[in-house]
Amino acid sequence: MEGRSSNMRSHDQKEETKKEGMKKVQEKTKKRSKEEDEEEEEEIFNLKDKPALGGEDEDLSDSDDSVFSGLEDSGSDSDDEDEEDDDEEEEDDDKLIPDPEQTEQIEFNPDAVLQTPEEKKKKKKKKKEGGVTEGEKKEDEYQHDSSDEEDIRNTVGNIPMEWYKDFPHIGYDLDGKKILKPIRNKDELDEFLDKMENPDYWRTVHDKQTGSDIILSDEQVALVNRLQKGQFGDVNFNEYQPTVEFFSNDVMIHPVTNRPADKRSFIPSLIEKEKVSKLVHAIKMGWIKPRRVQDDTRGNFYDLWASEDTSILARHRMHLPAPKIPLPGHHESYNPPPEYLFTEEELALWEQQDPSDRKWPFVPKRFSSLRQVPAFPRFLHERFERCLDLYLCPRQRKMRVNVNPEDLIPKLPKPKDLQPFPTTQSLVYRGHSGLVRSISVSPSGQWLASGSDDASVRFWEVCSSRCLKTVQVGGAVKSIAWNPNPSVCLLAVAVDSMVLILSPSLADKQVVSSSERLLSGPQEAGSTEEAGTVTWSDTEGEELNQGIRLKIQHPKAVHQVAWHAKGDYLASVMPDHSSHLQVFIHQLSKRRSQNPFRKNKGLVQCVSFHPLRPYFFVATQRSVRIYNLVKQEMTKKLQANSKWISSMAVHPGGDHVICGSYDCRLSWFDLDLSTKPYKMLRHHKKAVRGVAYHRSYPLFASASDDGSVIVCHGTVYNDLLQNPLIVPVKVLRGHVITHDLGVLDVTFHPTQPWVFSSGADATIRLFT
Amino acid sequence: MGGLQKKKYERGSATNYITRNKARKKLQLSLPDFRRLCILKGIYPHEPKHKKKVNKGSTAPRTFYLLKDIRFLLHEPIVGRFRDYKVFVRKLKRAYGKTEWSAVERLKENKPTYKLDHIIKERYPSFIDALRDIDDSLCMCFLFSTFARTGKCHVQTIQLCRRLTVEWMNYVVAARALRKVFISIKGIYYQAEVMGQLTTWLVPYQFAHDHPTDVDYRVMATFTELYTTLLGFINFRLYHSLNLLYPPKLDSKAESELKEENEEDYAMNSECYLEKLSALSASLARVVSTAEEEEAELDQFPVEGEEMENLEAKEKEQKQQEAQKKLFEGLKFFVNREVPRESLAFVIRCFGGEVSWDKSVCIGSTYEVAEETITHQIVDRPNVDKQYINRYYIQPQWVYDCINAKILLPVEDYFLGVTLPPHLSPFVEEKEGDYVPPEKVKILALQRGEKPAHEQEDEEEDEDDEEEEEDEDEEEEGDIDDGDDDLEAEEKKLKKMEEQRAQGKSLQVKVTPGKMKVENPVRLEEEEKAEEKRLAIMMMKKKEKYLYDKIMFGKKRKIREANKLTAKRKAHDDSEKAKKKTRK
Repeated sequence: MEGRSSNMRSHDQKEETKKEGMKKVQEKTKKRSKEEDEEEEEEIFNLKDKPALGGEDEDLSDSDDSVFSGLEDSGSDSDDEDEEDDDEEEEDDDKLIPDPEQTEQIEFNPDAVLQTPEEKKKKKKKKKEGGVTEGEKKEDEYQHDSSDEEDIRNTVGNIPMEWYKDFPHIGYDLDGKKILKPIRNKDELDEFLDKMENPDYWRTVHDKQTGSDIILSDEQVALVNRLQKGQFGDVNFNEYQPTVEFFSNDVMIHPVTNRPADKRSFIPSLIEKEKVSKLVHAIKMGWIKPRRVQDDTRGNFYDLWASEDTSILARHRMHLPAPKIPLPGHHESYNPPPEYLFTEEELALWEQQDPSDRKWPFVPKRFSSLRQVPAFPRFLHERFERCLDLYLCPRQRKMRVNVNPEDLIPKLPKPKDLQPFPTTQSLVYRGHSGLVRSISVSPSGQWLASGSDDASVRFWEVCSSRCLKTVQVGGAVKSIAWNPNPSVCLLAVAVDSMVLILSPSLADKQVVSSSERLLSGPQEAGSTEEAGTVTWSDTEGEELNQGIRLKIQHPKAVHQVAWHAKGDYLASVMPDHSSHLQVFIHQLSKRRSQNPFRKNKGLVQCVSFHPLRPYFFVATQRSVRIYNLVKQEMTKKLQANSKWISSMAVHPGGDHVICGSYDCRLSWFDLDLSTKPYKMLRHHKKAVRGVAYHRSYPLFASASDDGSVIVCHGTVYNDLLQNPLIVPVKVLRGHVITHDLGVLDVTFHPTQPWVFSSGADATIRLFT
Repeated sequence: MGGLQKKKYERGSATNYITRNKARKKLQLSLPDFRRLCILKGIYPHEPKHKKKVNKGSTAPRTFYLLKDIRFLLHEPIVGRFRDYKVFVRKLKRAYGKTEWSAVERLKENKPTYKLDHIIKERYPSFIDALRDIDDSLCMCFLFSTFARTGKCHVQTIQLCRRLTVEWMNYVVAARALRKVFISIKGIYYQAEVMGQLTTWLVPYQFAHDHPTDVDYRVMATFTELYTTLLGFINFRLYHSLNLLYPPKLDSKAESELKEENEEDYAMNSECYLEKLSALSASLARVVSTAEEEEAELDQFPVEGEEMENLEAKEKEQKQQEAQKKLFEGLKFFVNREVPRESLAFVIRCFGGEVSWDKSVCIGSTYEVAEETITHQIVDRPNVDKQYINRYYIQPQWVYDCINAKILLPVEDYFLGVTLPPHLSPFVEEKEGDYVPPEKVKILALQRGEKPAHEQEDEEEDEDDEEEEEDEDEEEEGDIDDGDDDLEAEEKKLKKMEEQRAQGKSLQVKVTPGKMKVENPVRLEEEEKAEEKRLAIMMMKKKEKYLYDKIMFGKKRKIREANKLTAKRKAHDDSEKAKKKTRK
């Protein structure tokens, strides 16, 4: 009895604690501290109990209460029972919620709330008095509490009911008497019959604990229905009651709490004071700025240029305005003319190209109507690139000079005014079978001699292009030169390491005889120091019949022969890197040879005599040296500014020299002016092979491997202050390029403005 | 003798330039701030003439700024604002870190801002300078006004851009300043003549942007900041030059007309006015409400000779321009819903036309489809169900082509479902030797208003196009029979030119033996001249020769390109003809 009542009490307390919330908890802690002060021994019990109570934190205080409520003697039994009962009650609660009594409970609550202060006081007392007054108070407490008692008919608690399977009773009622099981012999058939016949079967509920069937009343059924629908159990409960606000804006007459105001509410706060002073200080120091007045200055515009002053302009003198974006052309149209659209090849090319190489950064497209035009995918990119250009690109003002190309062309005298010069090809001399390396015209201008790689020298009549004579010389002819003296008729031919002197007998008898006389002059062979290297010999037999009169044997292969203007001296060239024996000068009348140079000054390309004065021109690879033959010294060295000189010609006046070179250049030297070329002409596309001056007309010609002969007008003035006038007047073509060789030699007619050229195609051509 | 030894790089160009990093350090700015400053102040790098000298002997690639420019930046008040902002960000971070929300709030309220007014004034000392440089700002503002109002940039910026562009368009309408329009695949180009300055801007098509990742929006936003300020001031000045109210107000009469409709359907109250402005259907209110002020007549000054001719030409041009301004006057357009409304409304209103649209498309429509007086309905769909008899149904390209041609073109080519003629760029001005598309030739002829000339040209242009204009050709032949020898000679010359253009293709040139003698001297002379020239070229100096070759190469390339286009066009026309024949 006692245990049970205490049990009940504890339950009640639990509810209270739940309702009271935090306050209670605080109080409990206070209580505890008090208890600790008072009873140290009991703490030990407390500690012991805690593990037994397990996880029921909520119940902690209750059990504490029970422990301290003076029931120490009953000991552990009561504790166990407590637990049991708690569980049971919980179950009962679950069961009872639907019951109408529950509503009563709810209505009851205000009472409970009202009770609490009393109870608290009581409890406090309790703590102080110990367990003396406990018993009587319990009775008082549960007088009102009728809710639990009615329902608990069976006190066995929340146990599986099959434990009572074998007993005649099913448990114990409140008075401890056995509750007997109802005599139950209903089998399935009875059940079924009951189901079919009993009209109240549907509202019959079997109570497991008492084993009896309960027939629910109408109200109870309605309650169940309501609960199933999730509605409130109480019909009269209005869930949408207007809320009564506890704290409202209405000023009440009475305070909500009766608590007197704290002292601190009358005293100014020190903390706040400190804060304010800090803020004030910060504002004073300018650390915190007062709130700025919000103004929408962004969109406020005014007349910025109301007072225009140009003074600022000066500041930006270096400033260049950004160039504008070029305006779009037809190809950018959404519907361009068909010719602007890409063909497939163009599209492929466009796709292959690097984006920076493309002519347009997009592919022209055609749309049949405006509504089909899509957004341009690179729009943002282009705008962004423009932005980058504006602030990252250096700007430069490029002065675009609009030059009329016609103005660049130099104004030259018209070729027409510079006539005569050869303009057309008039004759072709055919007969040779190898490339014709060298040609020479007789001083009278009637005959032309040519030497070829087919080991023959041919004599042609200039006007008729007839080959009068062919002389077999037994080797490729490198050079050929007609004696310039008109009173003799002799020809020097360079073949291998020999120089042959031919007398073609193509002139008057007088001339022929005079030449014979020259050849048969006194012989001083062997008198010179070079006797061992050069040998002069007369020819006999067949060779003599052909007209070969003299043989001058050289130690090495001879490349060029050149006559002095008077026709007595003859120079021959044997190019060689290593020795100083490169040039010989032969005197025909005395049959004497001599080597004028003691030192090797480079590979000699060609030599020439000055037409009037005793000067001798020697062209080495890069330069032309001029020697005074009388003083036996070098007077000048001309820098040709070219890689490799191929040929050289001296102006009949003797003051100008032209040099052709293998690097396509022709350099004109004015000997009075400088040792550097007066003019470099780059007319030819390929190596220049031969150059020639006309004897009387102001003309010179150059022959090149590109198959052309270029005739230039080159007037030389007697006035030393006036520079020579050089004008190209004609490009003559006719030779066929064979084995990459074009025109090999060029020479002018001595009296007429005609030019002869010999080529690698085994022909000689005359241009008039 | 003696003296101090001269040190290298202490004088001359090395002291005039400064590298970017050094400049940045001198200004004590971070790189983004430095960039922003350069953008706002319009400072750009310079390429020194002798890079190695400036770079103190090194050839490393560096960007150089003029030292003067950087010194000039040193005094810029905005630099201080940048530093303030840096401090602000630091304080804000600190406050966030300490979770001092009140401090955060206070700081945010005091966020440092800056104004660009003085920079605008400094960069563009006079109004005309500013107008000259307005192209980029217009393009950028039009682009930003099409952005969605999420992400990428502040909503305020977008709204401001929209407002400014609408104001600009309204001004152009009021001033009738538009000159040329071009629909390209990128967007629509407009060219207006504002106070004698030609201004071109590009408006993208109204689609959502596919925002690329490799675009730095901060840079763009900085530019936009500058451009919006510039455009705002320019708008203000322009509006005042026309006696218009700024910020723009609609004409009271027009406003009352528009009021009748229920505005709530279209936009909220705050946006309503801007929307109405952007509808471009009503004229603007003026400060002094007067009728159109008369153009100041040019006084006649006595002039002579060439100047007289110039003056006459100028006068003629002015007259033409006046006519162009009134191109659409008296015409009433109705814009169907599938057509870009804003562009067309803008363009039509610029040339004095009246325009309206369906009520559900946009605010500000003035009349319905059923209106009897509508002369043109602009449609961009294959067919329309209900057609009114007394109006033309045309495709939108007609409007743009008319503007570019400065005359009302025949509408037949632009009817519904008709294949449109090509849309040509009005910005191309063909010089001699350039390729001219045949459509352009036609338009030029129409402009001159001479039908026969047009035919003749056609005849010369392409003899093969006989099928198209057979009847015309017959007349033409009669003309030729009557014509005398001079005409023939001209014809021949033209043909020769044509030949040269067509890669020297021989177009059935028959040379009779008798004629050969006649032609020989001419040809000989020509040959002689050509040879003379060739020989003269040989004598050119090296430097000049190089320049000459370059020029000639450029010229030849131009000719080649023109020839290529001609050939392509011809091939296309031929194939088209063949198709037609097979269809027949």
